Amino acid sequence: MTAPTLDVPLRAAGGGDLDHPRGGPIAALARHSVALARRSLIKTIRTPEALIDVTLQPVIFLLIFTYLFGGAISGGDRHAYLQFLLPGMLAQSLAMGGIALGQNLNADIDKGVFDRFRSLPVARSAPLVGAVAADIVRYLTVCLVMLGFGTVMGFRVETGLVPAIAAVALSIGFGLCFCWISVWVGMLVRTPGAVQGVMFLLVFPLAFGSNVYVQTDTLPGWLQGFVQVNPITPLVATIRGLTVGGPVAAHLTTTLIWMAGLLVVFVPLALRAYARRA
Amino acid sequence: MMSDLVVRAEGLRKRFGKTQALDGVDLAMRRGTVLGVLGPNGAGKTTAVRVLATLLRPDAGHAEVAGIDVLREPQRVRRRIGLTGQYASVDEDLTGTQNLVLIGQLLDLTTRDAKRRAAELLDWFDLAEAAGRPAKTYSGGMRRRLDLAASLVGHPEVIFLDEPTTGLDPAKREDMWGVVRTQVAQGASVLLTTQYLEEADALADDILVIDKGRVIAHDSPDGLKRRVGGLTLRVRPVDPARVPDVLRVLDAVAAPGTNASADTAAGARRGAVSVPVAGDAALDTAVPALRRAGVEVTELALHLPSLDEVFHALTEGGLTATKQEELV
Repeated sequence: MTAPTLDVPLRAAGGGDLDHPRGGPIAALARHSVALARRSLIKTIRTPEALIDVTLQPVIFLLIFTYLFGGAISGGDRHAYLQFLLPGMLAQSLAMGGIALGQNLNADIDKGVFDRFRSLPVARSAPLVGAVAADIVRYLTVCLVMLGFGTVMGFRVETGLVPAIAAVALSIGFGLCFCWISVWVGMLVRTPGAVQGVMFLLVFPLAFGSNVYVQTDTLPGWLQGFVQVNPITPLVATIRGLTVGGPVAAHLTTTLIWMAGLLVVFVPLALRAYARRA
Repeated sequence: MMSDLVVRAEGLRKRFGKTQALDGVDLAMRRGTVLGVLGPNGAGKTTAVRVLATLLRPDAGHAEVAGIDVLREPQRVRRRIGLTGQYASVDEDLTGTQNLVLIGQLLDLTTRDAKRRAAELLDWFDLAEAAGRPAKTYSGGMRRRLDLAASLVGHPEVIFLDEPTTGLDPAKREDMWGVVRTQVAQGASVLLTTQYLEEADALADDILVIDKGRVIAHDSPDGLKRRVGGLTLRVRPVDPARVPDVLRVLDAVAAPGTNASADTAAGARRGAVSVPVAGDAALDTAVPALRRAGVEVTELALHLPSLDEVFHALTEGGLTATKQEELV
């Protein structure tokens, strides 16, 4: 090996020095998170099969429930059922889409890569924030696949382009908040498989004990009670309102409160668990 | 004098469940030198490195790196250190370049400078051709090199290398030693853990021996050798049949209370005789005596004990026992 030239100036980054990151701590967190999000995206692109849970899987769910159960549930009108089901299916897929993130982080954290990140002068939260930010791509994918494939099956947006875009934006936003539960679980349990197990235990009751598949008023009273307090329910109602029509404002408010609540509770829990795991 | 120390730790303690990984470790490394931390598996070497590299908070104790308190200002420490762990900590899905550019960005280099630095390091570590390939396609040796390159992106003042050559073949190991020497020549200080005594002997200015979470010795390689055993004179006659004659001659120059013995230790080449001697004056007696006895020799040398011998003497309770006797 030949001797290095070392001609790149030390700490060249405009204005920063050894003890003061360029632009202050918030700018540094944003910059580092973007760099780490890029890392996650490269990994996603290198392993496209990891996108099955946000592409093929929701499509299969949509096919099964529309053609297998749809007729029975809706009394024969499959088109009406698809219009009802798809917004709910989208919400369910977003909740499930976050599970992979917790699994990936769980697999990563005990490898040397995270040790390296921790030995660098970046905010503790940057590796987690970066990983979550990269998940935007997965949530956007699930929205486009559901709406695209749904359209082929006969789903029609009845409101307009702007409300539909708002529905996608809200969906992605919800996915970004909900996935912090998965991140937290990923920091707590020992194996990626356990992350999936724990998250399924949580997501399945939320997905099925909701207004995704059937009208709430067909359920027994005690189950209606659960549906009312389920965070998936207002999200589904809002997406329905924004895509096929119906009341939006109240449901949207409830959804936004849930999103804020998820962040307030699970971001600190995840960060604390991450710090302990280290 | 204290400012000359680039790493300083006092009374480090860390317990994992029932295991006392660090049991009051004191440590000091002089600026611009290599400190070799030696010890058997599970001795606490990695735990000590993780504490110093801000990855782990000790239960008790104090540590400074580059004059900065590790516990109070870890971010300032992190700007001045490079770490290469026991296993290669590169991202397998990223290419060599992407791995290094990411580190550069996290160190607040501009993207342009991060790319230049990455290219420079990849070139130096003979990875330029593989720069665009994902690291999972690299051989073990290439990953180690990339990993070491990653720890050098920020021109660290202090470099921690945790068993950097474990599993490498001898040629690759010597390449790695070259890297360490170059870094030191450029002003860095290197703390290196290893299980290879040969490696510590080749690189380290000072050696710290850890066993069961305690420091059992801290000295220069030669100092350690002298502490554990004195000089040994070894003679190998041309004709192996003359070994008994050599034994007789060397017994006369043996240090008080010792005898010459034929080398029968495992791995030793047969047909040589060793004797502990009090000093190099033994040569003045031994050489003429061998001549008089008409013994031709192929080897005649004065040795300090190998670090292997030192290490075993220290970790198998030899030194601890001596110390306890001194205390009584």
